[in-house]
Amino acid sequence: MNLHEYQSKLRFAEYGIPILRGKTATTPDAAYEIANELGGTVVVKAQVLVGGRGKAGGVKLAKSADEAKQHAEAILGMNIKGLTVRRVLIDPAADIAKEIYLGITNDRAAGRAVMMASSEGGVEIEVVARENPQALIRVHIDPFLGLRDYQARTLAIGIGLPREHWRAFGKIAHSLYECYVGNDALLAEINPLVITGDNELLALDGKMSIDDNALDRHPDIAEMRDTDAEAAAETEARKAGLSYVKLDGQIGCMVNGAGLAMATMDITKLYGGDEVGPANFLDIGGGAKAETVAAALRIILADPNVKSVLFNIFGGITRGDEVARGILQALDEVKTDVPMVIRLVGTNAEEGRAIIDSANIANLSSAASLTEAAKKAVELAKGAM
Amino acid sequence: MAILADSNTRLIVQGITGGEGSFHTQQMVEYAPETIVGGVTPGKGGEWVHGKPVFDTVEAAVDATGANASVIFVPGRFAADAIYEAVDAGIGLIVCITEHIPVHDMMRVYDYIKDTDSRLVGPNCPGLLTPGQAKIGIMPGYIATPGYVGVVSKSGTLTYEVVYALTNEGMGQTTCIGIGGDPIIGTNFVDVLQMFEDDPQTEKVVLIGEIGGRAEVDAADFIKANMTKPVAAFIAGKSAPEGTRMGHAGAIVEGGEGTAAEKIEALEEAGVRVASNPEEIPALLK
Repeated sequence: MNLHEYQSKLRFAEYGIPILRGKTATTPDAAYEIANELGGTVVVKAQVLVGGRGKAGGVKLAKSADEAKQHAEAILGMNIKGLTVRRVLIDPAADIAKEIYLGITNDRAAGRAVMMASSEGGVEIEVVARENPQALIRVHIDPFLGLRDYQARTLAIGIGLPREHWRAFGKIAHSLYECYVGNDALLAEINPLVITGDNELLALDGKMSIDDNALDRHPDIAEMRDTDAEAAAETEARKAGLSYVKLDGQIGCMVNGAGLAMATMDITKLYGGDEVGPANFLDIGGGAKAETVAAALRIILADPNVKSVLFNIFGGITRGDEVARGILQALDEVKTDVPMVIRLVGTNAEEGRAIIDSANIANLSSAASLTEAAKKAVELAKGAM
Repeated sequence: MAILADSNTRLIVQGITGGEGSFHTQQMVEYAPETIVGGVTPGKGGEWVHGKPVFDTVEAAVDATGANASVIFVPGRFAADAIYEAVDAGIGLIVCITEHIPVHDMMRVYDYIKDTDSRLVGPNCPGLLTPGQAKIGIMPGYIATPGYVGVVSKSGTLTYEVVYALTNEGMGQTTCIGIGGDPIIGTNFVDVLQMFEDDPQTEKVVLIGEIGGRAEVDAADFIKANMTKPVAAFIAGKSAPEGTRMGHAGAIVEGGEGTAAEKIEALEEAGVRVASNPEEIPALLK
């Protein structure tokens, strides 16, 4: 789960990282009030969970409260890469002498957290990593010892930070590490971390991504989820305990297991070519019960692009009879003419097939292999187009 | 011969009294009764599940049964503690089926376990199956048959798909192992490839990967430099868009890295035959 800039910076501040004390507004009038209160030049920043806000016109400098209101009017409601801006952050304008980057994430190959710094702040770190890898200084952190003082110095020295700033930089690095661990973050980054004209260090922009698997120990963060930033079907899927991603194709896929769900997508693409392809990624998970399967089917059929549905269930934890009951239960609730192909293999698959067969549903056919099932679903989708 | 588990394995089930733990204990007991020696659920010591004794602690289970392997079915927020308990009780092979374990928990586990004699497989994995000898975890037993192919995979059900296809073509397996789809796992592709290379019975190897990370590229480097046995592969997620997580916490293409295309290229470069459909794998091994 990704946090907005203002949410991330408030978390940083709780851990002692210096930030600008701006406020957020959801109306132009509120933006005026905040700008008036702050006085002087302010920055109006769109709060939207996507990169490239600045280029899209979502970040504007305002010399007066009136101007701040005008910018807020333009930015609120703006569509940035498919997301509507519903909130702006009004920060005092900073006097920037130098921009650097400081971030922390988990390095899966090392099995440890890696803190990274770069003297090139304000640009996407993936770009730095790709185009100028030696400009990115990294230290791996022992999870039981935490960030060591010398490691923070290694970063400061590595990016050529003047000696006078090492102490302040070290404090920020330690705070960022504590913030990352304390919030079960997958990523916490300050970009840019700026040196001001007054020689102070300041987190100007921030980004945090929180581990969904740890949200039950952070109920306050779970409440911050911005459901505007995801498709309605994805919100519904999450509530039902499903993993769903909407894609552009015509074949609705319901599969158990993420790897098999991806393989099923790939194979519908392989046989569907340029004409038809997968409408979604959907993993009903291990041990999916009838209600979960029914919810999954409702979500798939709610997509108007779906011309056929492919069920591919290979039972391990998931039991074929439960999936079969779930499909029948869902078909009871959601009447549909969309043709469906089902393939059940594995734990209790025979019981599942018997349940499906005895129900005698006209638009439901079965397949023995994944290849056969995918080819059938492709043909059915083409036939319905 | 096989890797990691065989008919001499003495397995306990952590979380044996839970719904999934109990269901899969039954399946494991049916598959290889002698290899399952008991289970652990704190507070349920003294009970019996599917004819196997339950203990309050892993240590008590080890003392009473001589267990040398453990499979973990406890929920995500207790799973790290269950792994520590198994490590501290001296269990040599710990297979963690549990999904949704927080990454920060796993970073500490990964660090803790690396200086011990324990090996962790998983988490968020289907476990392993040595056909005809031992079943640790949730792979359906009937899909596999004894033979000469070693199978290693990041996935669960996609592994079953491939194993089932191999069995249908008369190509049995030495051991099938799912290493898990999380960003931080105890045993990686390279560890298992080395074991298959060293196992005299394994003649051919199947690797099943997916988008995200660079484990498959590391595997390709290892295969090129160290493996004499033929390897066939499938990489899932060719049709996945960038920046979107495909279910598994580890399955995401970020900053253009971890794509199926780059993995397939690296594997082909290392002489691996890569399938475009998992059901083609048996043909590529012939």
